[in-house]
Amino acid sequence: MQTRNLTCIGCPMGCALTVEYTPGDKDSIKVTGYTCQRGLKYAIDEVTNPTRTVTGTIRVSNRKNLVVSVKTKDPIPKDKIDAVAEKLKEISVKAPTKIGDVALSNIENTGVDLVITKNID
Amino acid sequence: MKYDVVIIGAGVIGSCIARELSKYDVKALVLEKASDVCEGTSKANSGIVHAGFDAKSGTKKAFFNVEGCKKMPALSKELDFAYKNNGSLVLCFSEDDIPKLEELKKRGEENGVEKLQILSKEELLKKEPALSKEVVAALYAPTAGIVCPFNLTIAMAENAFVNGVEFRLNTEVKNIAKEGDSFKIETNNGTFETKAVVNAAGVYADKIHNYVCSDKLKITARKGEYCLYDKKVGNLVSSTIFQLPGAYGKGVLVTPTVHGNLLLGPTAEDIQDKEAVNTTKNGLDSLQKTAAKSVEAIPYRSVITSFAGLRAHADTDDFIIGESSVKGFYDCAGIESPGLTAAPAIGAWMAETLSKDLSLNKKENFVAKREGIKSMALASKEEKEALIKKNPLYANVICRCELVTEGEIVDAIKRPLGATTLDGVKRRTRAGMGRCQAGFCSPKTLEILARELNTDMTKITKHGEGSEFLSEHKSL
Amino acid sequence: MKTKIAIIGGGPAGLAAAIEAYDKGVKDVVILERDSLLGGILNQCIHNGFGLHTFKEELTGPEYAQRFIDKVKERNIQCLLETIVIDISDKKVITAMSKERGIFTIEAEAIVLAMGCRERPRGALNTPGYRPAGIYSAGTAQRYVNIEGKMPGHKVVILGSGDIGLIMARRMTLEGAKVEAVAELMPYSGGLKRNIVQCLDDFGIPLKLSTTVIDIDGKDRVTSVTLAKVDEKMQPIPGTEEKIECDTLLLSCGLLPENELSSQMGVDLSPVTGGAKVDESLETSIDGVFACGNVLHVHDLVDYVSKEASEAGRHAAEYVLGNKTKRSEEVVNISTGNGVRYTVPVCVRKDRLEDLLTIRFRVGNVYKNPEICVYLGDKCIQRRKKQICAPGEMEQVILKKADILADDGAKEIKIAIETN
Repeated sequence: MQTRNLTCIGCPMGCALTVEYTPGDKDSIKVTGYTCQRGLKYAIDEVTNPTRTVTGTIRVSNRKNLVVSVKTKDPIPKDKIDAVAEKLKEISVKAPTKIGDVALSNIENTGVDLVITKNID
Repeated sequence: MKYDVVIIGAGVIGSCIARELSKYDVKALVLEKASDVCEGTSKANSGIVHAGFDAKSGTKKAFFNVEGCKKMPALSKELDFAYKNNGSLVLCFSEDDIPKLEELKKRGEENGVEKLQILSKEELLKKEPALSKEVVAALYAPTAGIVCPFNLTIAMAENAFVNGVEFRLNTEVKNIAKEGDSFKIETNNGTFETKAVVNAAGVYADKIHNYVCSDKLKITARKGEYCLYDKKVGNLVSSTIFQLPGAYGKGVLVTPTVHGNLLLGPTAEDIQDKEAVNTTKNGLDSLQKTAAKSVEAIPYRSVITSFAGLRAHADTDDFIIGESSVKGFYDCAGIESPGLTAAPAIGAWMAETLSKDLSLNKKENFVAKREGIKSMALASKEEKEALIKKNPLYANVICRCELVTEGEIVDAIKRPLGATTLDGVKRRTRAGMGRCQAGFCSPKTLEILARELNTDMTKITKHGEGSEFLSEHKSL
Repeated sequence: MKTKIAIIGGGPAGLAAAIEAYDKGVKDVVILERDSLLGGILNQCIHNGFGLHTFKEELTGPEYAQRFIDKVKERNIQCLLETIVIDISDKKVITAMSKERGIFTIEAEAIVLAMGCRERPRGALNTPGYRPAGIYSAGTAQRYVNIEGKMPGHKVVILGSGDIGLIMARRMTLEGAKVEAVAELMPYSGGLKRNIVQCLDDFGIPLKLSTTVIDIDGKDRVTSVTLAKVDEKMQPIPGTEEKIECDTLLLSCGLLPENELSSQMGVDLSPVTGGAKVDESLETSIDGVFACGNVLHVHDLVDYVSKEASEAGRHAAEYVLGNKTKRSEEVVNISTGNGVRYTVPVCVRKDRLEDLLTIRFRVGNVYKNPEICVYLGDKCIQRRKKQICAPGEMEQVILKKADILADDGAKEIKIAIETN
């Protein structure tokens, strides 16, 4: 049995949630401290499969003093954030760029593509 | 290679001497440890042109103050820097102190200050409605004024440069040795030989003097903290408002600046560290409290920045100007207030002295006039149109608060002794001096500096090496 | 030149206002934008979380902006880029300049002010200490990192827990910097909970509430800052000082509507918001001059900026098309009751009311389980329970025209927060 304390991000209340659970056993999850269903769902997600969308920038190799913004097309596992952020420092694209262009597919084996989020002429 | 004169320090004193000296056929050099001219005391002071009633009659302070004040209007036109003759008031808050005002008036008249006048409470409040109702009377000095200390200094230095004076920036004097009739000045950028040395090193004038002279000098750094307020409250007062002097100088003044802000300051505190230009909570609190004696409704919420400067105070309490005990070594030391006002007169006097001692001849092709950077903010519609027509960069506003354009910034960088730092651009153009204090314009100014100096943004500094703003991402 | 509607600013507010004005039938609209790109500050807000209300999906700032830019382009709305407005007269004559056109004037029938806001600078905080390199407003640092790809520093303290500060804490961390702490003067954060969790907690960055910077050290570059706890009067408490070595101080201490132009032209401004005082049509004290977005009051979400701006665009179009009745002197003022800092609008004219009236406002403190109450004269016409109201979040009430007109003699609508 493990215990984790979380702050709900559903609204400015920021309910203090306590989750008791046995890793790997979904049925064991017990959440207290939430005041609405959003809090409950958030707590369960955070202990079973926490994910985040990572946003950042990559170099534009044919422009000076300019980078282009990117994001993971879908949320990736939270524990991959650092690896993805490091990867962004290694890659680059050439202008022009277009929103939605894939800069790198399946970044860090997350199964998620890294896509461009800004048009640069 | 041997110089006739090496001036140590490119503050307002060094720059004024250089400019006046450049009227002669002379091989002159200015050494400055900072990355730009006007980086020490000259950049952080009240910007006041004192009338000259304050200093005791017969002192160098009194003489050079009155002379400098007289020179300022014409010089501001010749060299194109901002100056305004707004007059000053010394407030008195007790009937018992009125004799002190009379005394001040008498002293001023002895010093040669014209048109001094004592105003009654009624006259005062009519002239300056924002003054505290506690005021009883005041000494009015119509000849006093306000000046842009940066552009006074920069204009002098630029004009000296144009007339052949060399400037070595980022060059710190490490030692001076007299050998025969000449001096060898060791610096981090090599050794310079010269017939004469002028010590205009501000708070470090003691260090420079003591390299050469056996009669030791001590300069104390006296910190003054200031608060600068938004232009929207810049017309709270129109004259420069002093309080009757106390034991520690002129007390706290309230003044419009020549660019239309409101300025409060300075405090006075003797300190050990001659680089300690930090402001303190106590200093800022006490200065606003003291200023509230003059003007009750200090608009505290409109403060846009605070800063501190160091005055170079000599134990003798007077300017030390002229040849020292060592022949060929001249001091301009202990130049505290009214040093900014006095600077043009000190410059002229020093140049004349040097010309006699070194038998220098007047130059025939001296260029007296200097044109400043054209300000879009101050230009008329027609002038604005003409500037843009000539150079479209004058339509690209970089600093929104002060309406400074790319054209002006490029001019500041490219002109003689041009800016190489963000602070250098700021002092020359006012970009970043407004209410957002460079929050918005600094990235753009950095880009322009990098482009014009043909370097990378990461190399651009605030005020010289060690004050870089940016670095590349670690992986790049 | 002449135009029907001139829109000052091509950020999210200006874009939405232009699109709506066009769609309501005024084709002669011009956007004046000082930057070389449309989209305003969204261009550097590369994080996601924009557009949940507007598009029902999470977009990054540039993506959100592009949706509106595309609509402007589809409609061929004229955009004058790299054009700065230097003056607007009370007769709605705009003086602008650009490299291409030099100085020129535009006579507009209506103007929409959409200039956005700027960050509160260090000077306004009057923090004592040195003035070295390494002190940036969070937005300036954001531009360096997200547009130019440069690092403003490597060991960072952030003062102010507004959303930009929080976002930059994460951003700098992901770029390899160490964010030592976020200090917040107030006993609560003005930022969204989500940002506190995902930008600070995720990376173990401490948030120090009731804490401020009392000293900045470093002659050339920042070398340390000193934090201290503050008491309930916001004064530093002696003995709580904590010196943190760092090379960078980011300031995220609030935003100020950028109303220099508005105030020069004579628009009445609210001392609370720093934005224009507007009526139900988002019309300012000058006829035919409308305001929206962060130049009117600082918003929490861009979605609300877009919504408000499209209302302003619609009102401007109606004004130009002559569909708006002339403003009568008879107004119902909207006043702020307990806990309410300000409202937008500040008044309504009964004869110009539409079926529904949205009043936006912010509260001055954190309230748990409050009721938002609306009074017309002495009568409570609406009462809504909430779990929480916080200063960081914009609130709104929507009133029915019929309810406001029910009391003929009423001169005032009051919004108040009531707690048990």
